[in-house]
Amino acid sequence: MPINYYIFLSIALFVIGIIGVLTRRNAIIIFMCIELMLNAVNLLLVAFSKMHHLANAAVNSAAGNEGQLFVFFIMVVAAAEVSVGLAIIVMLYRNTHSVDVNFLNRLKH
Amino acid sequence: MSITEILFWVLSIITLFSALMVITSKNPVYSVLWLIVTFFTISGHYVLLNAQFLAIVNIIVYAGAIMVLFLFVIMLMNLNKDTEPQKNKWLKLAGAVAGGSLLLVLVAALRHTEKSMTELATGNIGLIQNLGKALFNDYVVPFEISSILFLSAMVGAVVIGKRE
Repeated sequence: MPINYYIFLSIALFVIGIIGVLTRRNAIIIFMCIELMLNAVNLLLVAFSKMHHLANAAVNSAAGNEGQLFVFFIMVVAAAEVSVGLAIIVMLYRNTHSVDVNFLNRLKH
Repeated sequence: MSITEILFWVLSIITLFSALMVITSKNPVYSVLWLIVTFFTISGHYVLLNAQFLAIVNIIVYAGAIMVLFLFVIMLMNLNKDTEPQKNKWLKLAGAVAGGSLLLVLVAALRHTEKSMTELATGNIGLIQNLGKALFNDYVVPFEISSILFLSAMVGAVVIGKRE
């Protein structure tokens, strides 16, 4: 499978995530769109790691496993980010009784 | 067309469709469920690329832990009905146009990339034996640092969520 297909698939997923962040107001859905963007990047990293392995397998039999380890660390960071972010959203809901991000404009005043 | 290519196209179509449903569903619970479908198809892509360890971790961590956390928060807030106020139609259009422009620019920039092949259904670097060796020999310090990150995230979540 040519690497181009994976690049275009990841771009499409990433852009869907960006459109979601720009058009939705619900803080939880914005958060889910961020997860979608992280997953698009993960998919592209795995595809590139396999491409690197195919090109360099004769030299180094473990070529390309750095990409997959990087995906592993991205998942770790995403899990930590989600726990703190959802705690912030629960706090926001307790204070304003809404998860609309337009209520978060107090820094303007 | 071989079976792996057919699987690639089917999985790609389901991935894009469910990702679109995530951002277009009115009900946040449906968004979470469509996002779980997206994660499962991305895990299917990992299996197709012979990265079995990442496929299993993706299902366990994302579909198993993170999405359950999202569902818990949504049900805790009782958001199952549509509580999102109707937004200005022009703002939505502007967001879609901005995202579409980004898609156009990225595709136009990467259209003439080198036609390298990626490897489907062969290779063994994604197996847990090889990744585990690399993780605990060359990347043991980042691994331990990530455990400290988890500990601090846990403490931070408890401190933020605590009622004064």
